[in-house]
Amino acid sequence: MNGRKIIAIFRKQIKDTMKNKTVLIQFLMFPLLVVIMDRSMQMKDMPEHFFVPLFATMYIGMAPLTNMAAILSEEKEKNTLRVLLMSNVKPAEYLIGVGSYIVLICMLGAGVFAVTGEYKGRELWEFLLIMLVGILISLLIGAAIGAWSKNEMSAVSVSVLVMTVFSFIPMIAMFNARVKDISRFLWSGQINRLLNQMGGTGLDMETACVLLANGAIVVFLFEMAYKKCGLV
Amino acid sequence: MNSRISVKNIVREFDGNRVLKGIGIQIGEGEIFGMLGPSGAGKTTLIKILTGQLVQTEGEAELLGTDTRRLTDREYSRIGMMLDNTGVYERLSCYDNLLLFARIYGLTAEKPEEALKRVGLWEAKNRPVQKLSKGMKQRLVLARAMMNEPTVLFLDEPTSGLDPANAMEIHKLIKKQREKGTTVFLTTHNMEEAAKLCDHVALLCEGSIVEYGNPKEICRRYNHQNKIRLSLKDGRQVLLENNHDGAEKIYDCLKDGLVEAIHSTEPDLETVFMELTGRSFE
Repeated sequence: MNGRKIIAIFRKQIKDTMKNKTVLIQFLMFPLLVVIMDRSMQMKDMPEHFFVPLFATMYIGMAPLTNMAAILSEEKEKNTLRVLLMSNVKPAEYLIGVGSYIVLICMLGAGVFAVTGEYKGRELWEFLLIMLVGILISLLIGAAIGAWSKNEMSAVSVSVLVMTVFSFIPMIAMFNARVKDISRFLWSGQINRLLNQMGGTGLDMETACVLLANGAIVVFLFEMAYKKCGLV
Repeated sequence: MNSRISVKNIVREFDGNRVLKGIGIQIGEGEIFGMLGPSGAGKTTLIKILTGQLVQTEGEAELLGTDTRRLTDREYSRIGMMLDNTGVYERLSCYDNLLLFARIYGLTAEKPEEALKRVGLWEAKNRPVQKLSKGMKQRLVLARAMMNEPTVLFLDEPTSGLDPANAMEIHKLIKKQREKGTTVFLTTHNMEEAAKLCDHVALLCEGSIVEYGNPKEICRRYNHQNKIRLSLKDGRQVLLENNHDGAEKIYDCLKDGLVEAIHSTEPDLETVFMELTGRSFE
């Protein structure tokens, strides 16, 4: 593993994303939305900062997943990834370079959520840690979709579907008991639960088991996609 | 002469279909080698095997003395590649595209600037690649391939789709690189390009090499007519024997000021290919 190459990919990705409005908007949309909603929507009996955990869950279910899938599949389609791999860059170096960039941007987004939610002290670190776990799982799903897809179009169509499941089920679960039962088994459902119960007892057995099981499935799916299709 | 590329009896199958059927070549230092053949002949497959992107079904291939199935960072840092599909970051500028690879190779920050100047793209350094013409894009890819001063340069159809002026620019750059001792492996279906550039060529048809050698020697070898053709100023073409009688006739014509041009009946590489395979290059 070569740090120089990882940093080169990371810096390339910063410049490339700044010029790619489609990707950029996905990073900015929910943090902007939460600021606007939190400031403008005040209803009777609505908990304080009600939108923060809700949009934070949707953000981590959407941004890392769709962006990782889009970036990876675009590089495959346009042959830039092949050129990188033929220039001494190892698949792991590429994935870490792009992945760390997405994690950083998403954590900046998480910072916006934290400021909006007025988290402080231990709560702030707890919030950021939960977000980080969710971002990493979402990122791996995106990498699996990107590795599996032959081009950007197919990656986008699959990732929109997957993202919808992980982003919206925890939200719908708030209003529907049957969906809530399904949401319990999803990593995004458990992330939403943790975000809503911050400062409480912390991680219980069910949450830990679901997150670990989901994480293991995602790693397995990525490995399958990588073994079957490689990165090019 | 040390072989920088050595290929022995390479066979490659795709789903039981033999795309390469026992290819063998040796390419030395500072040599421009052309693998010529129509589309689907197996040229790109061979490049992929030589650069470790594909594994052969049978046979041995070595690049810089290393089995191509076991190429490491050491070999990859000594090769440059210009693939048929350009693989450049369209949204990034020319400079940023090269800067990325300079960083990957651990080259100095001056290298992208030098490379852009070498291919005449310095003026366009800040222009996004998506706004470049096809010729400029090709030059950018060539700059990227040459930036690490490669020992072996792979060029897959380097002038495909370019106008003659741009193609000539690329040819000049390739020749300059050869002067530095770089071995150039190029694939093309442009016979004229191969005859101009290459020290040796192999004519590839349906996965087999049907002829190998210096382009001029190959053409001489297939000069079955062995005649001299005169183009006269009045528009007539005269075919003369390549012997004493023919020489006298040429002398007479020259003396009378009738001659526009003198040609040999040597075939070009395309004609040789057609004679050997019964197929054209298109």
